[in-house]
Amino acid sequence: MSSPATFEPPVAPKTGSHLKDLDYSILQQCMHCGMCLPTCPTYDATKLEKNSPRGRIALMRAIADDELEPTKAFADEMYFCLGCLACMTACPAGVNYAELFEHARAEAEQSKVLANPKRSLIRAFTIKWLFMDLSRLHFLGVAMRLYQKLGIMALIRWSGVMKLMPKRLQELESMTPIIQDKFSAELIEPVTPAKPEKKYRVAMLTGCAQDLIFSDVNLDTVEVLAKNGCEVVTPPVQECCGSLHAHNGEWELAQVLARKQIDQFPPEQFDAIITNAAGCGSHLKHYAALLEHDAEYLERAKLWDRKCKDIHEWLAEIGIRQPIATGDEEQTNVTYHEACHLCHGQQITAQPREILSAIPGVNLVELPESTWCCGSAGIYNIVQPEMANDLLDRKVGHIKSTGATVVATGNPGCLLQVINGLKSHDVDMRACHPITLLAEAYRRERQPAKHD
Amino acid sequence: MATAKTTLTQLRSIVGARNVFTSKEDLIPYSFDGTAAMKSMPGCVVFAKSTEQIAEILKLANETKTAVVTRGSGTGLSGGSLPSEDCIVLCTVKMDKILEIDPANLTMLVEPGVITLKVAEAATKANLFYPPDPGSMKIATIGGNVAENSGGLRGLKYGVTRNYVMGLEVVLPTGEIMWLGNKCVKDVAGYSLRDIYIGSEGTLGVITKVLLKLIPKPQVKKTMVATFDQMDKAADAVSAIIAEQIIPCTLEFLDRTTIHCVEDYAKIGLPLDCEALLLMETDGHPAVVAEEAAAMERVCREQGAKEVRVAKNDAEADKLANARRAAFSALARLAPTVILEDATVPRSRLAEMVRFVEEIAKKYKLRIGTFGHMGDGNLHPTFLTDERNKPEMKRVHQAFEEIFDKAIEMGGTITGEHGIGLAKKSFLPKFAGAAQMRVMRELRKALDPNGILNPGKMFD
Repeated sequence: MSSPATFEPPVAPKTGSHLKDLDYSILQQCMHCGMCLPTCPTYDATKLEKNSPRGRIALMRAIADDELEPTKAFADEMYFCLGCLACMTACPAGVNYAELFEHARAEAEQSKVLANPKRSLIRAFTIKWLFMDLSRLHFLGVAMRLYQKLGIMALIRWSGVMKLMPKRLQELESMTPIIQDKFSAELIEPVTPAKPEKKYRVAMLTGCAQDLIFSDVNLDTVEVLAKNGCEVVTPPVQECCGSLHAHNGEWELAQVLARKQIDQFPPEQFDAIITNAAGCGSHLKHYAALLEHDAEYLERAKLWDRKCKDIHEWLAEIGIRQPIATGDEEQTNVTYHEACHLCHGQQITAQPREILSAIPGVNLVELPESTWCCGSAGIYNIVQPEMANDLLDRKVGHIKSTGATVVATGNPGCLLQVINGLKSHDVDMRACHPITLLAEAYRRERQPAKHD
Repeated sequence: MATAKTTLTQLRSIVGARNVFTSKEDLIPYSFDGTAAMKSMPGCVVFAKSTEQIAEILKLANETKTAVVTRGSGTGLSGGSLPSEDCIVLCTVKMDKILEIDPANLTMLVEPGVITLKVAEAATKANLFYPPDPGSMKIATIGGNVAENSGGLRGLKYGVTRNYVMGLEVVLPTGEIMWLGNKCVKDVAGYSLRDIYIGSEGTLGVITKVLLKLIPKPQVKKTMVATFDQMDKAADAVSAIIAEQIIPCTLEFLDRTTIHCVEDYAKIGLPLDCEALLLMETDGHPAVVAEEAAAMERVCREQGAKEVRVAKNDAEADKLANARRAAFSALARLAPTVILEDATVPRSRLAEMVRFVEEIAKKYKLRIGTFGHMGDGNLHPTFLTDERNKPEMKRVHQAFEEIFDKAIEMGGTITGEHGIGLAKKSFLPKFAGAAQMRVMRELRKALDPNGILNPGKMFD
């Protein structure tokens, strides 16, 4: 091999623009071969290059090159992207689309080309206020729980008053998930001892949506960890990981939340920091990139990234304890829908299957197009309902084709989306997190087998 | 100057307003194809849905003397589908129907926008075989494959796209529609115009239907990997296999740099401790496959292979082939810009060419990854560079010039399968000679008198 003279590209002065200030080689990494096109759900739907990864990167590069201003059409396109990251799995050149995409959305927000009073108000209330302090979200959660539990929802739905609301609001109302009776803090002790003996000390991140809608999955996760020799630390008050913010162009707020996480869960004190939400995990593992210019936090952020583990990944790493068969488990066909941010965002594909296959009575049936996005994509199903519904129909069709009676998926957004899809297609099937099935198997162990 | 307003209005009335795109944000993503460091803004992008629409579009473009660049998925590697400034990009990806599979005549009729992989899958489903498998087959269109006469990994035994085209429907700039060829194996009625269109790179007409030849599926296949501690030993092994009169379906080659990049992407356990790797596949009757595989293994060992390994099953074989197909893109892990060529030489002179390419890289102080279809003499020397580094880019071009000169001198060609496009336009006259250039120019002029079809490509 020859020894070429090293080339130092000229360093441009900082402009304050996310895309212009980005290391240009990340944009150049895309050599527009087109290998990403067949894996992109939006390109698949429209066959338009603009709606493809390489097309979007070309637009980002045009902004960095001063050939295009951040326009409304540019910003709309960045929000039409699902952020499913299937292109990253497909890309032989190793383009870091996740980073490009977050910077592009941040550029869109910075340029204010999408700003209108309604959008600004919604963003100010949700991303900038509600999710910046989870006690606010909990308060809202309690209010929604009361709405659902005290019969107000039933009354409103019965009265038909919703029919007076705009159609989109009616759709959203019907999509509203059922808020759990108890949030994680009421279900999980701050410290759960390992059984039978402690081998690891781990922290448990309870999340935001997961905590309100699937706090039972958090409990399942903690129980499963304990059964696998982990002492689990679960602080009752936690903060949002900032994934919502980073994915929606609020880079600086995401940095604030990342620092809070590192402060609350000092990575040096744990063997692992566990998340059971794929969308969060995919973001949580990149705090070092987020805090790249923060000298105070950077080293700990790097350690954090190494310690942060998805629950499936961690269990496979430490060697999952196989539940003891009781001998009379029902044989159940279970299919597995891969959350994008687990398979594409974190390249975790074998571990959830390994876990499901370890459960006595579970017969794993492969799902066609298991890695194709279900349309949930964070808040995509709320802001881009048409595309999201097309993807959901496609997903439900495949789920039905497996003949399974249970569909498992490792992300609260996907789980909600799939539950809604099964409901709207009148499919009588159970949807749950893989860890729930494992927790149930461990619980069955306690009960003596029935002998007739 | 963008496309004229009146032209746009007429285009919209032909294909519908929803299939004509003119905004800057819509056009930038069509300002390039798969070729490195080439960019040019079209005037509009138009999606056609039928032959009749394409006939209308060409008639309009011919009358208004507007350039038309036909495009499939834009994965070409010579700039063949790169727009010319302010042209109409005529995109065929929405014409993506498989129209007929005829098991009695072993043919498949398709629209030009069908993805090559879908053709291969449909053939397999009918228990037949469509062999051409270019690296981009997951997304490239069959229309693009015909226009560029694409090759692939199975070239040496099964040939290239040309060998599987039995008929074409073509639209001329006048709007006339021609059917060239048919389902007959024998047909000598008139000039074979069909063959002129294969590899014509969109300069003579627009292909709107393709009648493909299918063949019986080989019963079994066997895939092997051999490693060498010297690049030219691998090349010698290939020449020796051919000299033994063994024609396997695949004889692919990767150098150390490429092996590492591919492994980094595909993570399939490629051997990393060697200078060169041969990926070999034989298919056909089980007895022949066993015999050929044993002979290839013996020849590789005789030529000094470090190790010869057999793929356990079809799944592992497919993984190896897919990893090889990703080689070019995977090299982009190492440098911001990767520029590859596809100079091809007679197989007896492979080792010589491999050594020459190594020397040239040293001479011009360039980083290089080489891989390619060694069994058909088609090499892909790929320079790893940065388009912002002007002095180095100049050296890249000088290096290619020397490689092309050498290929011509050895009785080879400047492009085995990627086409001339823009990338190799300046080398074509030297390769083809004055008489051939004159005939090609006059032919093009006869079919496209106003010069609206892919102007500036291949030759002026």
